[in-house]
Amino acid sequence: MLGRRGTLPVLVGPPLVWLALLFVAPLILIVAFSLRPEAGVVSAGEPWNPSLVQYGKVVGTPAFLRLLGVSALMALGVAVVATMLAYPVAYFLAFRARARATLFLALLLVPFAASYLLRIMAWKLLLGPAGAVNSLLSAAGLIGEPLDLLLYSRGAVVITLIYVWIPFASLPILASLQRIERSQLEAAADLGAGPWTRFLRVTLPLSLPGALAAFFMVFIPTVGEYVTPTLIGGTGGIMYGNLIQDFFGRAGNWPLGAALAMVMLILTVIGVLVALRAVDLRRVAP
Amino acid sequence: MTTRRTHRLRHGDSAIGVGRTRLPLGTFYVAVLALLYLPITVLFVFSFSANSRLSFPIEGFTFDQYAGVLADPSLLGAARNSLVVAAAAATAATVLGTLVAIATMRFRFRGRTALLGLAVLPLIVPFAVMGVAIFLLLVTLGIPKSLLTVALGHTVIALPYATLIVLARISGLDPALEDAAMDLGASYPMALRRVVLPLMRTALIASWLTSFVVSFDEVALAVFLVGGEPTFPVMLYGRLRFGGQLPELIAMAVLLMLITVGLTLLALRLRRSPA
Repeated sequence: MLGRRGTLPVLVGPPLVWLALLFVAPLILIVAFSLRPEAGVVSAGEPWNPSLVQYGKVVGTPAFLRLLGVSALMALGVAVVATMLAYPVAYFLAFRARARATLFLALLLVPFAASYLLRIMAWKLLLGPAGAVNSLLSAAGLIGEPLDLLLYSRGAVVITLIYVWIPFASLPILASLQRIERSQLEAAADLGAGPWTRFLRVTLPLSLPGALAAFFMVFIPTVGEYVTPTLIGGTGGIMYGNLIQDFFGRAGNWPLGAALAMVMLILTVIGVLVALRAVDLRRVAP
Repeated sequence: MTTRRTHRLRHGDSAIGVGRTRLPLGTFYVAVLALLYLPITVLFVFSFSANSRLSFPIEGFTFDQYAGVLADPSLLGAARNSLVVAAAAATAATVLGTLVAIATMRFRFRGRTALLGLAVLPLIVPFAVMGVAIFLLLVTLGIPKSLLTVALGHTVIALPYATLIVLARISGLDPALEDAAMDLGASYPMALRRVVLPLMRTALIASWLTSFVVSFDEVALAVFLVGGEPTFPVMLYGRLRFGGQLPELIAMAVLLMLITVGLTLLALRLRRSPA
């Protein structure tokens, strides 16, 4: 009969093997490929002398660094605005929606389950040159020619991504708001705190871990984006992720692509490690 | 004796936080909802429109696009591929996530925190990086890209969600339940199977459904790992970039949307229920 202790290897073994093979080993391989000196599509078998040539290229190419900076700023802007817009939504669900909270939450999440690509497509349809917005504006005589700033620009990418992330960002904030003990707010009221003071001194600080989690849940996928910029941004709206994707696709330069990916990963991990000192992930599980 | 003015909270009062200032939060929520539903409504309308291109004005009403879906084997195949990949990834992620949750919540062992951290860590890796990483693994091991490799990749990105959902449930279960079962003669695995797992049933289903939805709509990682047979989002991404028969894709997407929406609602219901 298998005892408690005997069961442990059976529990730990499969996930450990799985993660080692499909998560840890691949990340080590990125490091390995990024240290190869040659360019192009390289075969895995041949030996090589580790070199930092690729990282030199990343750091020495102003266009790469500029795109990295632009992408980080875009992701920062998207994450900050999406979190700020998601906060009142989460607050409404936590404190105002009362008995219908589950229904209102469901209504918020249903669009998120719809195809992301086609929702973007629908926005293109609405904002494009022959789209509803331009048709309405020109029918009203407000504009002579269709506005094309609504599409194929960095601004369009940022607006689209903010829009896409709001429901998702509201989830960790909602979780942290729901954990707030009512008695703490009552205690604040008993001590003479008005509604705004209660919010600023009790509710807001207690929900900050959720807000921070929301920020990162938006920032990380956004900083590595290449799908939305391709579809919405056009050639002028590409992001750092497009570089990586391109070097593993048409441009075919795996070592350089691996170095670009490593740079992004290292910067992301540093950001998260700094934030994790403030948040316990388990407390904000979606 | 001085009387100090206090802001008493009535029972059932929503005036927690900024309540009394009555910011129009409800209006804001409705405005957000309207923006979220607008594109979906547009898609729904266009799935019945007779336009050959996606443009206004709408020229007529038709079921042709839905008929077109049924007559297009590549489209049906892509949808089937997505369903199979998502089901496989959801099953694997839920099994692995459950193992991680039980091991870390019921045992003290060296590397316990590391295992939990590792299972949740994929959350902080951008999909482009994860795609490159697993692609390089396939290249190194000489494994051809296929639907299986997409499913394997999706298991990794779904695992954090599965782990966190199951973990939240098991941390609320009394370990004495297993002890009681073992006092009555059950082995530890039997206690898990007959006592703990049944109590976690809704969390397991919620984990499966969440993982399914994570995989079903995923394209950024899949693009790196897909072989000759595309999943539906991969096919959609290709056709959106290079142009193709969009109206039928929209009809197919509306059909698939019904599936994911149903599953999301189900997952939500299970997450909120006490069991």
